[in-house]
Amino acid sequence: MRYPISLTVNETAYSLEVAADQSLLQAIRDDVGLTGSKEGCDDSECGACMMLIDGRPVNSCSYLAVQADGSQITTVEGLADGLDLTPLQAAFLTEGGVQCGFCTPGMLISAIALLEANPDPTEDEIRIGLSGNLCRCTGYDGIVRAVQEVARGLVG
Amino acid sequence: MTTYVEAATVADAVAAMADGARPIAGGTDLVVGARQGKASLPGSLVGIHRIAGLDAIGDHDGGLRLGALVTHQAILTHPAIRSRYTGLADGSANVGSHATRVNGTIGGNVMNASPAMDTGAPLLCFEASATLRGPAGSRQVALAELWTGPGQTSAALDELLTAITLPRVSPGTGSAYVRLQYRRQMEIAVVGAAAVVTIDDDTVTDARIAIASLSPVIMRVAGAEEALTGRSADPHTVTAAAEAAAAAAAPISDVRASAEYRRAMAAVITRRAINTAIARAGGTDVPIPASDATFGS
Repeated sequence: MRYPISLTVNETAYSLEVAADQSLLQAIRDDVGLTGSKEGCDDSECGACMMLIDGRPVNSCSYLAVQADGSQITTVEGLADGLDLTPLQAAFLTEGGVQCGFCTPGMLISAIALLEANPDPTEDEIRIGLSGNLCRCTGYDGIVRAVQEVARGLVG
Repeated sequence: MTTYVEAATVADAVAAMADGARPIAGGTDLVVGARQGKASLPGSLVGIHRIAGLDAIGDHDGGLRLGALVTHQAILTHPAIRSRYTGLADGSANVGSHATRVNGTIGGNVMNASPAMDTGAPLLCFEASATLRGPAGSRQVALAELWTGPGQTSAALDELLTAITLPRVSPGTGSAYVRLQYRRQMEIAVVGAAAVVTIDDDTVTDARIAIASLSPVIMRVAGAEEALTGRSADPHTVTAAAEAAAAAAAPISDVRASAEYRRAMAAVITRRAINTAIARAGGTDVPIPASDATFGS
């Protein structure tokens, strides 16, 4: 049994047919064709699949696509305008917040949700906010500095 | 093969459940559990996440009514919960990461019936009850009667939890939930304890203590409550109450801790919860979540 759903992904409308047990991540990667969001752990531990659903951060590997019917989805592909990076993306690069890049799509989405809820976070609040996103390369310091810089308006 | 239908109303959801569907809201236990291989997704699901009004927080006879879809994030940012039901805000602040807290609901948390859930011990101490709606109507069940075992409740398969009701809190009351944790986020309680303490002129007039991750269901400990009630809130009394709570523990050994370690930590964590509740009853601002604020105390 497949179910018709409508999603607006990065401001583009899509009509899909999904199985009830299909994850939102599978729908976005396999059916929509946007592969920026990653599958890491596949059970909500690592945050590599994080997207915004109507502005809320969600581990899309563990969220049913059928439940997202009618929602606005934001993935990492929706951030930059062509080659023009957002200030947050640029800060990740300049601060060394990216090495292998696998966690970066989810990390950026998580940081956007954090800054939306708390535009002026302390370092501790940034670390708490990003604690659902694992990074095995950077040691996190560059990521935290990038978020701090954007919060303080030092870049962009 | 899983089938899915989305409910627009509570009546729709109950009708689908009477036909064998299981309810899903944020999916942070149900879908994650299926991904981890703990249990397959049910064969039939009814989405309740868009039922209008079920995410409301409102007054109820001087107390509080939380709709089943109220999220942990809504609980921990709600001013009246932070001030009057602070221990519940501590619990919700401990759940998962920010992505878990904006999607995970109090209804799902309660019906998942984990003995390690972070909101369970504070809800028991606040003497919360669940409203269950079935085909024949609604009934109220005290949470102490709802939880019957790990992952098990006394709700019938065609009953939907629609609300959690918390009675009013007396003036002079403070509360706290503290857990033992190896990390501050993305963690499950190794040991947890909640305390709700009412103090009048330095004497404890009412005390409620509950322990989590220490028994098959989260439970109040009468011996710990009796050790506090009617006495001055001094360190000797608090220690006696915490030790009574630890004596009632029946922990298991698992990947997170041995039973011996849990038993040894039960008194420590309960003492922190009681001390924080006493401090808050006296007007001291102990940050939420208390687990972080009281680490090492």
